Amino acid sequence: MALRELSSLEKFLGLKKPNKYSTQGDKKVPVLQSNNGPALVGLVTIACHLVKEAKRPELLGDSAESRAVVQQWLEHRVTKLEGCTKEDVKTVLKDFNLYLQDKVYLAGNQFTLADIFMYYGIHSLIVELAIQEKEQYMNVTRWFDHIQHYPGIRHHLPPVAVLRNRIYTGRHH
Amino acid sequence: MTLFVSEGNPHCLKVLAALEVTGAKCDVQYVNHEERVVPFLSRPALPALLLPSGLHLFSSNAICRYLFEVNGQDSSELCNQWLEWETTELQPALIHALHMAVLQGKGSEVSKVLQGPLNYLDQSLSKKNTPYLTGEAVSVADVVLWAALYPILSDSSLALGERKSVKIWFDHGAAMHSLQCAAQKVLQGKGLQGMKSYMQKQPAPQSSQCRDTQPCNSSPAESEEGERLVLEEEIEAAALTWSKSLNACPLVANRQHPILPEEGKRNLLVTSALPYVNNVPHLGNIIGCVLSADVFSRYGRLRGWNVLFVCGTDEYGTATENKAREEGLTPQQICDKYHAVHSSIYKWFQIDFDYFGRTTTEKQTEIAQNIFWRLHEHGFLMEDTVEQLRCESCQRFLADRFVEGTCPHCSYPEARGDQCDKCGRLINAVELREPQCKVCRQTPVIRSSKHLFLDLPKLETQLEQWLDKSTSTGDWTANAKQITRSWLRDGLKPRCITRDLKWGTPVPHPDFKEKVFYVWFDAPIGYLSITANYTDKWETWWKNPHQVELYNFMAKDNVPFHSVVFPCSLLGAQDNYTLVNHLVATEYLNYEDTKFSKSRGVGVFGDMAKDTGIPSDVWRFYLLYVRPEGQDSAFSWADMATKNNSELLNNLGNFINRAGMFVTKFFEGCVPAMELQHEDKKLLALVGWELQQYIQLMDKVKIRDALKHILNISRHGNQYIQVNEPWKKIKGGDTERQRAGTVTGVSVNISCLLSVMLFPYMPSVSQTIRDQLNAPQSCINTMLQGTGTFVCALSAGHRIGTVSPLFQKLEVDQIEALKKRFGGQQTTAQAAASSQPATVPAPAAPAAAAEAVTVSGVDPEKGKQLTQAVAEQGEKVRALKAQKAEKAVITAEVAKLLDLKKQLAVAEGKTPEPAPQKGKKK
Repeated sequence: MALRELSSLEKFLGLKKPNKYSTQGDKKVPVLQSNNGPALVGLVTIACHLVKEAKRPELLGDSAESRAVVQQWLEHRVTKLEGCTKEDVKTVLKDFNLYLQDKVYLAGNQFTLADIFMYYGIHSLIVELAIQEKEQYMNVTRWFDHIQHYPGIRHHLPPVAVLRNRIYTGRHH
Repeated sequence: MTLFVSEGNPHCLKVLAALEVTGAKCDVQYVNHEERVVPFLSRPALPALLLPSGLHLFSSNAICRYLFEVNGQDSSELCNQWLEWETTELQPALIHALHMAVLQGKGSEVSKVLQGPLNYLDQSLSKKNTPYLTGEAVSVADVVLWAALYPILSDSSLALGERKSVKIWFDHGAAMHSLQCAAQKVLQGKGLQGMKSYMQKQPAPQSSQCRDTQPCNSSPAESEEGERLVLEEEIEAAALTWSKSLNACPLVANRQHPILPEEGKRNLLVTSALPYVNNVPHLGNIIGCVLSADVFSRYGRLRGWNVLFVCGTDEYGTATENKAREEGLTPQQICDKYHAVHSSIYKWFQIDFDYFGRTTTEKQTEIAQNIFWRLHEHGFLMEDTVEQLRCESCQRFLADRFVEGTCPHCSYPEARGDQCDKCGRLINAVELREPQCKVCRQTPVIRSSKHLFLDLPKLETQLEQWLDKSTSTGDWTANAKQITRSWLRDGLKPRCITRDLKWGTPVPHPDFKEKVFYVWFDAPIGYLSITANYTDKWETWWKNPHQVELYNFMAKDNVPFHSVVFPCSLLGAQDNYTLVNHLVATEYLNYEDTKFSKSRGVGVFGDMAKDTGIPSDVWRFYLLYVRPEGQDSAFSWADMATKNNSELLNNLGNFINRAGMFVTKFFEGCVPAMELQHEDKKLLALVGWELQQYIQLMDKVKIRDALKHILNISRHGNQYIQVNEPWKKIKGGDTERQRAGTVTGVSVNISCLLSVMLFPYMPSVSQTIRDQLNAPQSCINTMLQGTGTFVCALSAGHRIGTVSPLFQKLEVDQIEALKKRFGGQQTTAQAAASSQPATVPAPAAPAAAAEAVTVSGVDPEKGKQLTQAVAEQGEKVRALKAQKAEKAVITAEVAKLLDLKKQLAVAEGKTPEPAPQKGKKK
């Protein structure tokens, strides 16, 4: 799974030479073998490395603050989204929804690596949602639909249908 | 900038250390553990850093990294790597260790939990030969790891073993004033016990052992199921059931018509709302009534109930008259034509009616007039003068559906003559503001004429008594109960049952001879007359409430006619009629992101489904998967492809195919002997539980929910195969080979169970599976007995048939082409001018049509021949191998076999794939 995400990222970044990856351990942590230096281990570490290699530092954030926010969500992705229980899923989505209330992207108004990897990580949760739930997490759904249509992002993942008109208008009655 | 921390929280140690080391300027505020500082997080998360921008950081590592960065120290890639390792590998182990040491007093076991990460750290440090993690200077990684490990490593009572490199590295940190200072603030000099109150508030960590073995990409559905606890009793019971034999009694598959109620059996009369004849039904109509009723009827027959499923086209009314005028035919000819269209669509969808009739028959006249006279005799009809709209330019009275105007209640401008689509209230056509004739757009005039009314207020008490009983003892969907309640709450009013029309059941009363029955009164009587056309003994169903249970299936817009109006007609007739016991109403199915609309031609229509080249069973599956059960749902092409590929192909189909292929490849097509171990019995219990859920839900007509349990079973099955790896064990010693046999045998029996459970949903696939497994028909009526009986239907030595894949992948461009071809408004022409035979595919954009050809290019005849050829060639190869023929000869024959397989794949419309290899996943 992680390897597919990295290969999708490579395509998005337009990296010409695909890198060689392997995995280590039971959790299949990705490993990047490199010619000029030690191997890099870990999904986030490798992803940040690829972004630098492609000379797209803005994807990691354009200020110290936004860089911290990007790193925080990347960490969130690898620690909170993996193997969570059904109850966890609800909390994760609820909080994420609230966070996105006043944001276009995770780091505010700028598209970053955090959007890409949160999208990859949350896809399997979104796929499972009923339409009603998608509308309940409206900000997540809006952000998700935006990212899945961002040019060159989706690659290995199937598109998720998002309704444009709402079936459930508000939860007031 | 403000940093929020709490005492005793080990994560706060990290950020306070980073703050000390970097000397960054920042207020520090101590708060309670439970304080919610970050506004968007529902659980307390500390530490948190409030940035100058107003944003909160809630991850300790991100905070540390930020503090270092504003201090001018960017983190290197190696640094990133250590930080990632710390959160993903070290922290889960640390939390577990702290939990044991602080709360459980099991300090001695901490070493076991931490040895993995500590060894890794030790090796990395000794390899590098630098004093710090990333080189010659302290980095954010060192600070974070020191702080994280500080409580554990500085406690000498925990025997963690000697790790030289870790010790040297840690001692550097422990000697630093800034770290000691941070530790003092958090732990208050109390060591591990300083964290007690914090740890008590944290959820207990999952055992790290089980966390590690769990695949991290498992979907929530899987992990949710995995958590269900299986009791030992359940396991033993499942094993006992498994060893029972198949039912000896013969299957009631051969239905003897006419089906009549039988003493001592559950007699179910199932109806689905009668589709109006001159519309081609769309998917929303199909899932709403006929398909849902079909699934339930099929299930009922499997349960051994005595089921009669009737339906038919509703043919009378002005719309038919009008269509006839348009097409230059008589109304009867129009009905004949469209009745055939409906029949063929339902046939394609494999709707297994016992009888599919129509309302324009003599029986209809006979029964409707009989009910009319009885109502008349008992004084439930009343006469009144009605003001009716008449269009002078069209020279006729306007039926409700031919008037449009502004709703008198909510001012919706496009209200129909009988009901407002917006507020849902019923309207008397003359009450419409600014009425218009829908045909010529002239303003109609009001004329009065004498009509008959059903006196609903007089029947209200009787109706309520009956409703109380029926809704409390039967399975009424929530929406059906609620709609009915709201009708009664508003109070019933007399309803007109006659109309000034020609195409209808004539009113037999001499004072009203030019009139016909209004369709709402007439149409439900169609259920009775259709049954009467099926059998002369129709009254054994319809006048037999003690022996018969009546199920009505419909979409929710039809509820009031079935729960209030029609029951009143039957109650008033006082003839011991069978009234509805279970009223099953669906919500609406939307199309992509809009509504299905017949008038605008938006959506997928019944006749188009078959032109997509997607098998009827897959259509059924998807429609039932998104059945609007309890809430509205939506049909989406992309979603259909996803569900086909993920659920049918990768989950269900994959499991059944693998199980069958193992029998074929490893055991010469014969089911191997099975020696059940505890693990196998546990699986039987899991599967048995899903089967029970399925039966409970189906009994309550929760069709969509029940389907999920079928898919859960194949998920369990896939996991079971994946864990046990029979393709590897088959190559091992005797014990291993026997294990492979057991796993294969259990799996193929689960396939057999799945085929039975699938039968109501996907009848063809269900039969194909049993054909492939050569399963005895008796397995069908055994498995769904009682609360579910999962027996070993295919015992050791049973020879299975030829196994082949059940499902095809739906490709993205294929589905996009279909969406273009069938989805859009392009079909307006076809839907509006239904003078075209409805079976002609909709006019499509040429490009889209060309793309879609790949699907319809599948040649089933050729496919069949090739399947045969592949099977024969396969036999030949096996025979040669068994005879130990020369290698060159075998190679040549194998090459032929591969070529045939390739041709077969092409004929079936698939991209040829290399033959599956042993041990290949999925």
